Amino acid sequence: MNDFLEVKDLRIHFPTEDGLVRSVDGLSFALQRGKTLGIVGESGSGKSVTSLGILGLHKGSSARISGEIWLDGTELVGATQEHVRGLRGKKMAMIFQDPLSAMHPYYTVGDQIIEAYRIHHDVTKKVARKHAIEMLGRVGIPEPARRVDDYPHQFSGGMRQRAMIAMALSNDPELLIADEPTTALDVTVQAQILDLMRDLQREFNSALIIITHDLGVVAELSDDILVMYGGKCIEYGTSDDIFYRPEHPYTWGLLGSMPRLDRERTERLMPIKGSPPSLINVPPGCAFHPRCPYAERTAGKADTEVPALAETEGGHLVRCHMDKTERRDLWDNEIKPVLETQ
Amino acid sequence: MLRRRPTIITAALGAALALALSACGGTPTQSPGQGGASQSAAGGAQDVADGAIGKIFNPSDKKGGTLKMANTADWDSLDPGNTYYGYALNFARLYGRALLMFKSAPGAEGNTLVPDLAESLGKSSDDLKTWTYTLRKGVKFEDGTPVTSKDVAYAVARSYDKEVFPNGPTYLMALLNWPKDYKGALKDKDADISSAIETPDDQTIVFKLKEPFGLFDYIVQMPMTMPVPQAKDTGTKYQEHVISTGPYKFEKNEIGKGFTLVRNDQWDPATDPNRPALPDRIEVQTKVNADDLDNRIISGDVHVAVDGLGVSAAALPKILGDPAQQARTDNPTQQRTWYTSVIPDVPPLDNIECRKAVQFAADRSSLQRAWGGETGGVVATGLIPPSMAGYKEIATYKTDGDKGDVEKAKQALAACGQPNGFETNISYRTERTKEKAAAESLQQSLARVGIKLTLKPYPQDDYFALYAGKPAYVKENKIGLAVNGWGADYPDTYGFLQAIVDSRDIRAAGNYNLSVKIPEVDKMIDQIKGEADATKRGEMWSQVDQRVMEEAVVLPNVYAKALFLRGKGLTNVFVSDSQAMYDYVGLGVQQ
Amino acid sequence: MGTYIIRRVIGAVAMLVIVSIVTFAIFFLVPRLAGATPEGFAARYVGRTATDETIKLVAQRLGFYDPIAVQYGRFVKGIVAGTEYDTGTTVEHCPAPCMGYSFITQQPVWPNLLDRMRITLSLGIGAAILWALGGMATGVLSALRRGSFFDRTAMGVALAGVSLPIFFTGMIAMAFFSYGLGWTAPGGAWVDITIDPVMWAYNLILPWITLALLFAATYARLTRAGMLETMGEDYIRTARAKGLVERKVVVKHGLRAALTPLLTVFGLDFGLLMGGAVLTEKTFSLNGLGKYAVDAIENNDLPAVMGVTLMAALFVVVASLIVDLLYAVVDPRVRLS
Repeated sequence: MNDFLEVKDLRIHFPTEDGLVRSVDGLSFALQRGKTLGIVGESGSGKSVTSLGILGLHKGSSARISGEIWLDGTELVGATQEHVRGLRGKKMAMIFQDPLSAMHPYYTVGDQIIEAYRIHHDVTKKVARKHAIEMLGRVGIPEPARRVDDYPHQFSGGMRQRAMIAMALSNDPELLIADEPTTALDVTVQAQILDLMRDLQREFNSALIIITHDLGVVAELSDDILVMYGGKCIEYGTSDDIFYRPEHPYTWGLLGSMPRLDRERTERLMPIKGSPPSLINVPPGCAFHPRCPYAERTAGKADTEVPALAETEGGHLVRCHMDKTERRDLWDNEIKPVLETQ
Repeated sequence: MLRRRPTIITAALGAALALALSACGGTPTQSPGQGGASQSAAGGAQDVADGAIGKIFNPSDKKGGTLKMANTADWDSLDPGNTYYGYALNFARLYGRALLMFKSAPGAEGNTLVPDLAESLGKSSDDLKTWTYTLRKGVKFEDGTPVTSKDVAYAVARSYDKEVFPNGPTYLMALLNWPKDYKGALKDKDADISSAIETPDDQTIVFKLKEPFGLFDYIVQMPMTMPVPQAKDTGTKYQEHVISTGPYKFEKNEIGKGFTLVRNDQWDPATDPNRPALPDRIEVQTKVNADDLDNRIISGDVHVAVDGLGVSAAALPKILGDPAQQARTDNPTQQRTWYTSVIPDVPPLDNIECRKAVQFAADRSSLQRAWGGETGGVVATGLIPPSMAGYKEIATYKTDGDKGDVEKAKQALAACGQPNGFETNISYRTERTKEKAAAESLQQSLARVGIKLTLKPYPQDDYFALYAGKPAYVKENKIGLAVNGWGADYPDTYGFLQAIVDSRDIRAAGNYNLSVKIPEVDKMIDQIKGEADATKRGEMWSQVDQRVMEEAVVLPNVYAKALFLRGKGLTNVFVSDSQAMYDYVGLGVQQ
Repeated sequence: MGTYIIRRVIGAVAMLVIVSIVTFAIFFLVPRLAGATPEGFAARYVGRTATDETIKLVAQRLGFYDPIAVQYGRFVKGIVAGTEYDTGTTVEHCPAPCMGYSFITQQPVWPNLLDRMRITLSLGIGAAILWALGGMATGVLSALRRGSFFDRTAMGVALAGVSLPIFFTGMIAMAFFSYGLGWTAPGGAWVDITIDPVMWAYNLILPWITLALLFAATYARLTRAGMLETMGEDYIRTARAKGLVERKVVVKHGLRAALTPLLTVFGLDFGLLMGGAVLTEKTFSLNGLGKYAVDAIENNDLPAVMGVTLMAALFVVVASLIVDLLYAVVDPRVRLS
């Protein structure tokens, strides 16, 4: 089966006065229609840069992009800016985090959806407006015909996110990228939005990428999950792989710090010590080694050699110097019991 | 008609050029043609510095063209009954005819009075208390109405109302024998003023004075004797449309912006031997930026800076540094003296020896630099400026190179009982940079003998009303020295000197005379007023000046000079001593 | 909205009253407290060597013997109800708003102000159009080509433009273009637009450019900063993600937001300028409100000072009111109740 989206060895680097920022450094993954991929990582891990890269929004900036991005048989990295622009919003659309700042404060919600629709459809304003009202209704906004003329600041947070989704979906995109779609929302609304996205994805049969720092968000939605650290993929697998058989110490850390509805949010059992790596001076060897509690178990390779992303079992990829059995042993005997007792 | 003698013209051309012309057989009365780097663009006379002083520059009797003038400030009023500025008096003669006027002629000749509206100079009674003038026949207002002596009488009587016309000179108010409690022609319409002015017929006007006054002719040349038709008088608004009797009348007048004069077709040259009336049109712009104005004169956009103040300090280096521009300048002395009052009310200056110490310690060559150097003025030895009757160099405090004499100053200090010097203050007008420079110059030169001066700047608007001109303030704040300056009202020494040396006029505030209180001088002034002989008056004024210097209550700094820039294409340009600026009656423009 | 406007208008009137009281106090009360007598005041409005009698008459005529409050009351009454003025031969009615008569020229102040305003307005509008268009265009281009040769050059010129005083640039420009090349009108040239629009513009082109240069520099810098900030906003990214062409992203989404804050600056600058572009008017010998104000203060012409101060205050107050109302129209987040 042909992949609908295939990213091969994507590198996105930004030259700055302080040096080269390697935001994305050799990332590869694939996604099929109707499937959902969760990209998880801390802020600065390169996940948002990746999503903007797919949409071609780095073109015209100082970014140096290499690698390949294949969307439905078309390569995007080498394509003209105008060609990618034509696909943006139509074939691939994006839902941004914090819709208050992502929507223009001077235009009504309706105007912004109408604009999005009319870029790709040669219709009158009236027709586009009808479509906008319809879209608002479909994302569950009550009285859409009235709310269409409201400004973003007149919406509540959840409603605003729904409007944002409506705007992204207005052209029936085949690839939908949601960047932290629920971060700005409170917990109950989060759940509603996630439900909405799942329903809509089924309805439109689109490919969906959810980008988040919170494993909890992608737990139920994703088919596959990609964990990013320092611009690289450090673990990739099915949702089950990541939640039940994680092999990378960083993923363990994410699981340990995952807030759950049945626990106090602030309580974090296994916090990851230290802070995300600098993308200019990436630590030598394994980028995670300064924070890794098991760094001494790598026979001195931790800070000298970059570990390869290796398949451990049936499509489950891990980037770690530790031996496979040692990793499974640690998970089964040290990590998992601690997580489960909580 | 004014006849210009060829010699004057020849002189104006410059010796070399004149020689060349006579060699070619050309007539010196015509324009000299080409040649010379600094020739005027329109082919007029060769530019030469001071070419309009004592002679006529580019003489012509060709009529036509537009004379463009500009003023950095504005008239105090165009109403002849309400104006006192020097240039306003010069200019008023273009649209009004007083009984007499100063002859429109270069140099000293311009200091002579000639009849204008009157047929001849005033005829006085033996006691100098009655002055009679007979008007010329055929003089008309711009609307064609004949001018009568009653219009002159009305003009004088209306100007009596100082509530409505506060600007003009007050000589006639003080000199004539007005009825008691008279309020002027506007308020007392039917009052009998025959005790002051009589008009026995339409051509005769008789002025009756309270006291003998030999200089009355000088008073009636001022614009308050320019006739005003009573029916057209609009009080404070008359300045908006003055009814002309001169060769020009107002076409448009926007007060605060400017005005335009055009030929007055009711003016008959046959009745007026004094005015060549060359331009067809005179345009005047007021409130023009001084720096810009100088540039406009250089470029030829404007002919004359009408305020007669000379070029601004900013433009001086540019003009004096460029031979072509410098050749377009005239640098006449003014009837103005810059001086420092040495105030005997403030100890230890009550002691004449201490005042003499100041006189000797002062470096007058440094003071001259403070007042703008050689183009700004010449070192003064007395109050009376060189172009006025009674001028004499006074050697009392003359020192080598005008640098002062420290030894003599120290001797005077010792005699005063202050051998180590003393401390006092010197006041000047904040806004005036030259006054500040003069004060600083004195501060330095007096420090040589231990006299310590503290600078006291005051705002110029209130300098005389609240500070230096208010004796109580002066005493309380120990202002021993005050920078001061005075210009003539009219080119007779009485008009210049009386106001600053007569101690009887000293009031509680608003004085210009800050330091001269010599009873002997007061007495001499009264004698001069009753003296009909001009030569004798001149000698007596010299004595007054001498006497003031002996008392050391005035430290003369410089006799002011101004640097004027002749506009491009001006004809018939000359500085007359009476105006101490270009004579506006004579000017014409090249076609 | 209605009540908001009414509230602002009342505030504006209160502001003008305060300005008038303060100005009046500065020119009438403070000198009084400093010891100036009514005659001392009057002495400024007479010719030299005036007698005490003349000074007293003038003090009387100008009302200096009355208590300050009465003098102020008379001033306010003139504005509200008009006043009578004795020319010496007739009594003239000066209709409201009568700012009184100049102590120096005896001319009514109000018509003079209106007349001068034509010049200042002509100067201001022309310059404002130039600097708004020029400054903003430069700023936008600089922001979009950040770091380019154009950007560096423009910002360098802008820095120079802000730091050079107008009397300097004005005199240089005049010396060069008017007196040197003869391309532009010399200083002091003025023809009303109703008489000859072409000459009007020709005469004003140099003052416009000089004045605009000063402001354009500031506006270019402000626009550039605003544009850079706006183009980094999330909603710009959204607009691009929709597939909008870049030109529309810049014009429709970027410019509007970037220029809105400039509206306030522009309104106040323009309002202030209407109170008199003092230096420009002086440099170019244009007899506008600014020149009027300078002359009035130099000559101690109190009614003129009062009139021009109030006029200037009125412009600033009205400009800020208009700006606030416009802001509400442009930025829906600022809805006024």
